[in-house]
Amino acid sequence: MHKDIAMNRRGFLKIVGISTASSTAVLTGCSSASSEQGGDSTVPKGKMSYRKLPSIDDTVSLLGYGCMRWPTLPSPAGDGNVIDQDAVNRLVDYAIEHGVNYFDTSPVYIQGWSEKTTGNALKRHPREKYFIATKMSNFSNNDFDFGVKMYHNSFKDLQVDYIDYYLLHVVGSEGERSMQKRFIDNGILDFLLKEREAGRIRHLGWSFHGTQAEFDKALAMHDDVHWDFIQIQLNYSDWKYAKGANVNADYLYSEIAKKDIPVVVMEPLLGGRLSNIPQYIFTRLKERNPNGSVASWAFRFAGSPPKILTVLSGMTYLEHLQDNIKTYSPLQTLTDEETEFLDETAQMMLQYPTIPCNDCKYCMPCPYGIDIPAVLLHFNKCINEGNMPKSSKDENYAKARRAFLVGYDRSVPKLRQANHCTGCDQCSEHCPQKINIPKDLHRIDAFVEQLKQETLE
Amino acid sequence: MLRTLRLTLAAISFTLITLLFLDFSGTLHAWLGWLAKIQFVPAILALNVGVVLFLVLLTLILGRVYCSVICPLGIFQDLFARAGRIGKKLPYSYSPAKKWLRYGFLGLFVVAIAAGVSVIVALLDPYAAYGRIANNLFLPLWQWGNNLLAFAAERANSYAFYNVDVWVKSIPTLVVAVVTLIVVVVLAWKNGRTYCNTICPVGTLLGVLSRYSAFKILIDDSSCNSCGLCARHCKAACIDSKAHTIDYTRCVACMNCIGKCKKNALSFRYAYARKQETTQQDTPNACSANAAQEKRRGFLSAATLLVATSLKSQIIEKATDIKMDGGLADIIDKQAPKRQTPLTPPGSLNARNMKNSCTACQLCITACPNGVLRPSSQLETFMQPQMSYEKGYCRPECTICSEVCPAGAITKIGKDDKSAIQIGHAVWNKETCIPIADNQPCGNCERHCPTDAIVMIPSDANNPESLKVPVVNTERCIGCGACEHLCPSRPLSAIYVEGHELHKTI
Repeated sequence: MHKDIAMNRRGFLKIVGISTASSTAVLTGCSSASSEQGGDSTVPKGKMSYRKLPSIDDTVSLLGYGCMRWPTLPSPAGDGNVIDQDAVNRLVDYAIEHGVNYFDTSPVYIQGWSEKTTGNALKRHPREKYFIATKMSNFSNNDFDFGVKMYHNSFKDLQVDYIDYYLLHVVGSEGERSMQKRFIDNGILDFLLKEREAGRIRHLGWSFHGTQAEFDKALAMHDDVHWDFIQIQLNYSDWKYAKGANVNADYLYSEIAKKDIPVVVMEPLLGGRLSNIPQYIFTRLKERNPNGSVASWAFRFAGSPPKILTVLSGMTYLEHLQDNIKTYSPLQTLTDEETEFLDETAQMMLQYPTIPCNDCKYCMPCPYGIDIPAVLLHFNKCINEGNMPKSSKDENYAKARRAFLVGYDRSVPKLRQANHCTGCDQCSEHCPQKINIPKDLHRIDAFVEQLKQETLE
Repeated sequence: MLRTLRLTLAAISFTLITLLFLDFSGTLHAWLGWLAKIQFVPAILALNVGVVLFLVLLTLILGRVYCSVICPLGIFQDLFARAGRIGKKLPYSYSPAKKWLRYGFLGLFVVAIAAGVSVIVALLDPYAAYGRIANNLFLPLWQWGNNLLAFAAERANSYAFYNVDVWVKSIPTLVVAVVTLIVVVVLAWKNGRTYCNTICPVGTLLGVLSRYSAFKILIDDSSCNSCGLCARHCKAACIDSKAHTIDYTRCVACMNCIGKCKKNALSFRYAYARKQETTQQDTPNACSANAAQEKRRGFLSAATLLVATSLKSQIIEKATDIKMDGGLADIIDKQAPKRQTPLTPPGSLNARNMKNSCTACQLCITACPNGVLRPSSQLETFMQPQMSYEKGYCRPECTICSEVCPAGAITKIGKDDKSAIQIGHAVWNKETCIPIADNQPCGNCERHCPTDAIVMIPSDANNPESLKVPVVNTERCIGCGACEHLCPSRPLSAIYVEGHELHKTI
């Protein structure tokens, strides 16, 4: 079904590389894990915390590299690659040099170029120095052959003959994209289990975004299938206060821990939403620990539970990588009192009505050209920076209005803004955070109209 | 003294009026808009009796000071005339008036106004000619400069400057502006005010009046030794030093000659005073002061050209049937539909008023923040503003074009009038409409219609569940183009606006 829709896209719409200056600006502005550095302190070598959990032979670095946010080129390279291979080589070399040994990618990341680029960078290192995780990302087609082809293609792109960690990508949806339809009915899971037996997959697991019922169902299969690991969204905001359709991470973690399965953490920083925060929350965190970055709180939180195998971070910039290496070299486990402090912080953040977009770009490309994450992130940015006029009588109304509107045109080219959303809703089903994208875009558009026409009460 | 005063006033007026033509933000006109409204041709076309009377009186009293300190094209020529005479000791010389040309052009202009041949009016109006030069040639430089500042501001986290789109709105109008610039610059460089005294109908008309002006440059026959120095410095070539006469129809009261005369035989004074035995008072100080002014340099320094490199990204299509994450769909530019009746902005009342009142000065086009206005390329409305919705639409809160128009072509309207003035109506094109062509739900036109003139109905009358398509209530539609601009169908919108010759209030 989904494939039909995807094929239906207008003939003149072609996929282009992330190439506009503005989208780069958005990346700079919004996915920065940590803009502030420790300054004087150097990045330690050989101090990285590792996890050696009973059910897994590997000794895995607590910091794992998420390969979904590699730096991109202003325009695609000669072979069509939109990713900056040289920059990736540098980041990978630096990460390995500082003890990182887990790299997590997927066939669909970054317009399909992540595996190839990551593979190119990693093959310059001895194979035993690192672990590769990739996924069965068969969202667009449930056919067995399609899935197998995707699986084999991962070996080709990554240029390896075994994969250390293989995941069923996004378990938790219902309907056409449920686990039953995508992995069980079509025989993909049986195929992968055989591959595990054959040793080409060293560990088999799944990543979760979705409903609690689907999670429980998948976890219950452990007794038959034996899941080697499970990947969940875990951070101090989602621990107890998961937004929208997400399931609280404390539930997910404790259920998995009961079965003694190692946990891989994704979205420890919510795509930067836990580092790009309102000023007074920033101050609160800084007052508590002036030397640590804002992001370090989130990483310490994600790394503290004992069953965590590794914490994935999509580090676009070397500075993010350095900051995270510092946080985990070695990890200082959170005290109970600090955990309480972060819980209070999470409650404060709830008062900011940000949209839970982590800039993963699964919704993209929009067939009508809208830059969905850029629109949502601009909205969030204005909320966090206090440039969200509520009334024309606000003290800072004129300033906030200008910042919102001028900033909007800067962050998103006019033709990619929310007013061009047709409401076709081809995007929402791809969103792991289950955001009702057209509804939010129309809401933002109506707000922009109010600002432009100055009809805000 | 008088020359310094003239220079100062001219510099101020020229700078401000140029700024008016460069200000795309729509803020300056509130303070400087009057500078456009006191221009002669716009005042005539707007039937602005007060201004016309004022200018006539001004000329009858002081001569053609309008040409020296109010008309931007006149001052503009002085800049190039000054540059042209650098290094020349005796740059000009007397020549008789080219009467046939002058009165020929004036006659043509009058006939053109009467007959409504707006192209000729627009081409001959000196104010509009300067407006086109400023809009087509200076504005892009100004905008590029602004965009540089916006680039810096963005990095400094400041919202003081924002990026603007620099684009060629009409190639024929650009060509006209370039040709006008070349003609004006060459003539001014070589012979000073030739353009004003042979082609410009305003110059000729004011010349007729200034012949009788109360104050004039007068030659004192008793002091004059017929050296001809004044004539060789007269950029209007109007002093016949041998006959001791000045052609007042061509004198623009620039006062340059007064300081040049070594005998102090020239003065600007009341021309009809009873002849007195005047003992010329010696004023050597005043004369030497004038000479010092010569060192002043023109304030138009060479503008730095910016090379705008629009990096258009390469389109790479990855042959795959997998839905990959990220990336942006390419957006192809909108094409203007063929409108049977051109759209004119709200406030212009009707096509005829627009055609007959507009001098095509481009002030409204500079000010339009939505990229809606651009010069027409049709002969009968050549260079006059026309609307189209590829870059934006006529937004409900904006009335800026009606505020800046000096000629009464776009009369002033308020925000409240805006949503009630019907300038056209939307027309639906079934074949390209997304629910029909792509089988996808849409309704973006309905969502953005400011007057609720669009209603969505099932595309299949027998199936209430079928995808919905728009119908237009033309009684409510005002023709603002929100639907056309925001229609996802490209390059031609599936809904577009057809203009009305006569606007009406709904």
